[in-house]
Amino acid sequence: MHEMSLCQGVLKILQEQADIQNYSRVNSVTLEIGELSTAVPESMEMCFDAITRGTLADGAELIIVRTRGEAWCRKCEDVVPVKERFGPCPRCDGTDVELRAGDALRIQELEVD
Amino acid sequence: MCLTCGCGQPGHVHSHDGHSHDHDHDHDHDHDHDHDHDHGHSHDHDHGHDHSHEHASSMGVTHDADLSTARVVQIEQDILSVNNRHADANRQFLKERGIFTVNFVSSPGSGKTTLLARTITDMKEKFPFSVVEGDQQTENDAERIRATGAAATQVNTGKGCHLDAHMVGHALGHLNPDAESVLFIENVGNLICPSAFDLGEAHKIVVLSVTEGEDKPLKYPDMFYEADLMILNKVDLLPYLTFDVDRCIAFAKQVNPDIRILQVSATAGDGLDEWYDWLSARRDATIAAKNRAN
Repeated sequence: MHEMSLCQGVLKILQEQADIQNYSRVNSVTLEIGELSTAVPESMEMCFDAITRGTLADGAELIIVRTRGEAWCRKCEDVVPVKERFGPCPRCDGTDVELRAGDALRIQELEVD
Repeated sequence: MCLTCGCGQPGHVHSHDGHSHDHDHDHDHDHDHDHDHDHGHSHDHDHGHDHSHEHASSMGVTHDADLSTARVVQIEQDILSVNNRHADANRQFLKERGIFTVNFVSSPGSGKTTLLARTITDMKEKFPFSVVEGDQQTENDAERIRATGAAATQVNTGKGCHLDAHMVGHALGHLNPDAESVLFIENVGNLICPSAFDLGEAHKIVVLSVTEGEDKPLKYPDMFYEADLMILNKVDLLPYLTFDVDRCIAFAKQVNPDIRILQVSATAGDGLDEWYDWLSARRDATIAAKNRAN
């Protein structure tokens, strides 16, 4: 259940940015959670709700953007969609693949007051 | 008091290298435009711009930048950036003192604590050790380490399933490990969550015991991907098991082609010399790097 720690990280960034970007209230947070990342979106929603109570992001909407897994297959010499982080190429079944996208855990933007 | 987290515990390491992004763009509009879209939220453009245009809005509304103070802020920050900042501070602290640090990860019951206690007992005449023990609760593992004569700090994570760099920073403050020593961090027994958290270590070592399934590297790939060394433990029990070592190694290499694998028994002593050579060589390199920097 490391989503609680991840949400603590999000809240810490929101608090730090409040001074830098001059806001006092967060209305929504857009997170990019890659399909091959280590976080489960449903857990993030639950933890975010719990951890932001009584903070500047109390009640803020959590918008989760899922990005798909993509890897470079050296045999196919092409970008291929992947469903598992270390799975084989879906076209040639080869294992010489390098992940290109889909493992990000990132805050993209906030709507603030 | 810790100024970063306000937690009241002194002596741990923080760095403040947070950076801010300012988007300062002025733009001028001088055009007519029709828009036919549906605003579910209000926009505030807080950057200086100069509009000179006519709206032909289908909604018949006038957009006024001052009506609401709500605005959108682009952040683009990794969620783990706060942990990673603490990890960088830990790494810097350890590097300056020439302390070689490894983060042991595994499922519960793989024999991590037994391996650590045996290693310290066999090697403590050669160099000093200290240990950060992570468990959900109890002081048991730290006591097992202290019985070897090494200093140990127990971190109880409570409901937490892993150590993070901030906790380790605190533990370093308590332990105050000797320069040129070896620091072992024994993470919470969990093959999932600890993989995501850099603690400032030089290497993650994943311990897998042959009493577990040989397909663990495929079931929990993140951990095997993050580790530089896999220690296959309890190999003295292989005659009594159906564990296929070659298949296990192939699975680990499939996830992480660069992973090094050692086969040991922390109780019977098989393969430990090779492990001690690995450890000694990297400790020497850490000290040499410190001396070159000074």
